[in-house]
Amino acid sequence: MELYATLQVIWWLLLGVLLMGLAVMVGMDMGVGAILRYVGRTDVERRIALNIIGPHWDGNQVWFILGGGAIFAAFPLIYATAFSGFYVVMLLLLWTMIMRPLGFEYRSQLASPAWRNVWDWVFLISGAVPMIVFGAAFGNLFHGVPFHFTWDMTSYYTGSFLGLLNPFAIATGVLALSLSVTMGGLTVMNGAEGALLQRARTLAQLGAGVGIALFALCGIWVHALGGYQLLSGPGPGVPQTPLQQSVAVVQGGWLANYAAHPVLWLLPLAGFAGMAGALLAARAARSHLGWWLGALAWIGVIGTAGAALFPFMLPSSTDPSMSLTLWNSSSSRTTLAWMVGFAVFFVPLILWYTSWAFWVMRGKVTAEQITHGDEHAY
Amino acid sequence: MINGTVVTLSRIQFASTALYHFLFVPLTLGLSFLLAAIETVYVTTGKSIYKDMARFWGKLLMINFALGVATGLTMEFQFGTNWSFYSGFVGDIFGAPLAIEGLMAFFMESTFIGLMVFGWERLSRGQHLAVTWLVAFGSNLSALWILVANSFMQNPRGAAFDPLTMRMQLTSFQQLIFNPDAQSKFVHTSVAGYVTAAIFVAGVSAYYMLRNRHVDLAKRSFRMAALFGVLATIAVITLGDALGFVDARVQPTKLAAMEAVWQSEPAPMPFNLIAFPSQAKRENLGAVRVPYLLSLLVTHSLSGTVPGADALERRAVQQIEGGIPAVQALKVLARDPGNAAALAEFNAHRKDLGYGFLVQRYAPDLNDVTPAQMERAARDIMPPVAAVFWSFRVMVALGLLMLAYFVIAVLYTLRNKIQRKTWLLKMGVWMIPVPFIANEAGWLVAELGRQPWTVFDVLPTWMSASTHSVAYMAFSLIGFLVLYTAFIAVEMYLMVRAIKLGPAVHGDSGGASAQPRPSLAPRVAPAAPYGGKLEG
Ligand code: HDD
Ligand code: HEM
Ligand code: HEM
Repeated sequence: MELYATLQVIWWLLLGVLLMGLAVMVGMDMGVGAILRYVGRTDVERRIALNIIGPHWDGNQVWFILGGGAIFAAFPLIYATAFSGFYVVMLLLLWTMIMRPLGFEYRSQLASPAWRNVWDWVFLISGAVPMIVFGAAFGNLFHGVPFHFTWDMTSYYTGSFLGLLNPFAIATGVLALSLSVTMGGLTVMNGAEGALLQRARTLAQLGAGVGIALFALCGIWVHALGGYQLLSGPGPGVPQTPLQQSVAVVQGGWLANYAAHPVLWLLPLAGFAGMAGALLAARAARSHLGWWLGALAWIGVIGTAGAALFPFMLPSSTDPSMSLTLWNSSSSRTTLAWMVGFAVFFVPLILWYTSWAFWVMRGKVTAEQITHGDEHAY
Repeated sequence: MINGTVVTLSRIQFASTALYHFLFVPLTLGLSFLLAAIETVYVTTGKSIYKDMARFWGKLLMINFALGVATGLTMEFQFGTNWSFYSGFVGDIFGAPLAIEGLMAFFMESTFIGLMVFGWERLSRGQHLAVTWLVAFGSNLSALWILVANSFMQNPRGAAFDPLTMRMQLTSFQQLIFNPDAQSKFVHTSVAGYVTAAIFVAGVSAYYMLRNRHVDLAKRSFRMAALFGVLATIAVITLGDALGFVDARVQPTKLAAMEAVWQSEPAPMPFNLIAFPSQAKRENLGAVRVPYLLSLLVTHSLSGTVPGADALERRAVQQIEGGIPAVQALKVLARDPGNAAALAEFNAHRKDLGYGFLVQRYAPDLNDVTPAQMERAARDIMPPVAAVFWSFRVMVALGLLMLAYFVIAVLYTLRNKIQRKTWLLKMGVWMIPVPFIANEAGWLVAELGRQPWTVFDVLPTWMSASTHSVAYMAFSLIGFLVLYTAFIAVEMYLMVRAIKLGPAVHGDSGGASAQPRPSLAPRVAPAAPYGGKLEG
């Protein structure tokens, strides 16, 4: 394959890895936030749950920031078109997400129960809403998104906010939420004891169970959706705009890649196996194992979606021929090459020091530590 | 064509969210360094007072940091949500530093800040010190990369327009990162952050000294801040001068606006100390002028000149004439990428492409552009002169004020007389808002001065926005207004409260010798009772 096309594929895969990192790392913190009010019945219990992720939430959140930055750098047209098209949804995501850092730093600064209660609601909202939006965005890709371009690549979005809340997208949104609840539950189990651990265990199992059902439902549903097929175009590794290809929409077309390459079925299998394993591990109180299986579930679910969509990244329902694929929306060869270099160097480094940070902070968080120990505890 | 109101609202939204983000960033930049310095003293001398200092200033840093992170999230996504054309047009270049910032800086800063706060009991002293330094480096590296991105907008180097993809593409990564604008900008901005932190620490310490509280901690903090501050302020002023020098070469319209120069004049040119610029009349309605000074300041010689708005506009008319065929050739290439004649035509005029876009605002189809339309577009190249001129004056005046304050403070603190100088301490408390104002003013100069371009000489602002409806923009603006107002109220309340409460442990333990390193704290401690009562 020509170098440019190879770089495009590498970046498509890297973006997948980053989205998986985002889902696992940010998803677990958001899961903890979403279940905080349920698992923590007393203030001390809630503080324990928060302090389990306390040293890590900010580092984890960078997966989300990097996800945005990497799409911008590697697929600028996707960044531009999707983020402006999904404007109201993006605002929902942003407005709920930006409350979370304040929640961590400010919640326990005052003793007032009313104050803390407000922030506990903030954690619920800023955990649940972004995960639903994240999942629903994926769901909408399978429907196509109503946008088109003019000659100079100005994009126009012609859909409405409510159009994005279609049943399939709601299903994928709740799927994302239930996976993050599973991971949140397992994370709390890792760092807590007693009643808190038991309640987290219940939720981890519930999340995984709902996840399995929804993933299966979406798998059946996708047969009925119109899938996009690239008929002709300049092809991989050729500088182009999205105005030069033709695309057809065929019912069940999203399964074409699976028909052509049966090995891809391993991805949904990994999704199911991860969720089922996480469920059983939570039941057996093996939360560390469960956490890794939950991560496997995310990899399987996101991989399943990516493999179905390939080479499409943002299908247009207004004019399918203007759909964005990795061939027509990527950055230039020079940029992709430089960015591969940076990623190859920094991603392993990041994984290394992140692991070190988790290792330093390993172990259980106790009520004693929070109430009598560190004045900086959340 | 994008609705003009939408562009204006997008500008208001971007400007206010960015200015807001930059209320918190400088303090993080500077305080993280001061913290690392304080902790270094603690580790080398073993005096526990410095540990108390590190923990106290660290607590205030975290209150500030939370909002820096929150508002930074908005910025990261706003290019796509609100400047969609811009993002597609220069994303190939502009996205790279943003992604590198995440990879190289944000991850480092954010991962280690968790350990810095929670790791006191679990890391050895040396390890903790290393972590604190990594936080400081991380925050400054993030400033570096974002400013590389911003400098591309001010001085677009290392890129060229590619008609096959209808966008700017990277031609040289080295030129992008070694942009001279980026270098002087980075140093000026991060050092401005150190000034901010120095004023903040000195001001809070002065408050304690005035009330006779935590005196030991306050005196030591004040001394460190004053020394750090005087050096930083000198550096900021020197580098500001360098920045003006860079501007003079690459952004003559910005420089003309900063100095309110409407008409070109022979050297040596006088300096407008005070002026009342009128954008409509294209002259100053009165000015206080210092002879010779402008040539000296800007060109560092008596024979240099600064081109005025009149000369720049005359040149713009010619560039517009060149830009029109460039855009028209592009339209052909969009439909027919293989058209060799159109490609040749485009290449002949490509350097003026941006000016073709500029006049498109008044003549959308570009057929039969009248001289009046060109004239109008040419007048657009001047940024809002009064706003740029005065923001610049405010920044410089406050910089000189802070220099004076620090010089006096250093003299008294070195002679150990600071506690008795109540007037200076009171002034210190009042000085706290000053660097924040100077910072905001500086950004107004930089960003307003770039108008009417988002990418200087390449992409006009009026084209750059997303194709939203006015209703969407009103909705988002109101949302940000409500949220951000609530945020700042909460932040200010907590910050003032934390300052009034003061350090948890202070002063009197100073001088104790090195403490034994605490063992790995019992995260696996005996199961504690899950009490129901609220803890303070
Ligand atoms: C404590 C804050 C502070 C202080 C005292 C100063 N500055 Fe500044 N200045 C900034 C904080 C700042 C800033 C916020 O950091 C800016 C905004 C954009 C940038 O690069 O730095 C800036 C921008 C900025 C620009 C415009 C850069 C551009 O066009 O891109 C110039 C020419 C100067 N400064 C020059 C000066 C001079 C001559 C000063 C002498 C006193 C000075 N600054 C003091
Ligand atoms: C945090 C510090 C910053 C502040 C306070 C700031 C301030 C502003 C202001 C006042 C404007 C409005 C100018 C106008 O529309 O007339 C603006 C516009 C803009 N700035 Fe900045 N800016 C900052 C940093 C940056 C950086 C680092 C970038 C790029 C990486 C950037 C990119 C933009 C863009 C894309 C616009 C909108 C287009 C335009 O109006 O020109 N800004 N900013
Ligand atoms: C307009 C463009 C900008 C964008 C897109 C942006 C983006 C961000 C983001 C996403 C964060 C949160 C990082 C985290 O979670 O740790 C952040 C924080 C930060 N930003 Fe910005 N930023 C912008 C302007 C600036 C400028 C101009 C500077 C410095 C000169 C700066 C320096 C910082 C620093 C030091 C932090 C970390 C400390 C803190 O959060 O207070 N940013 N920024």
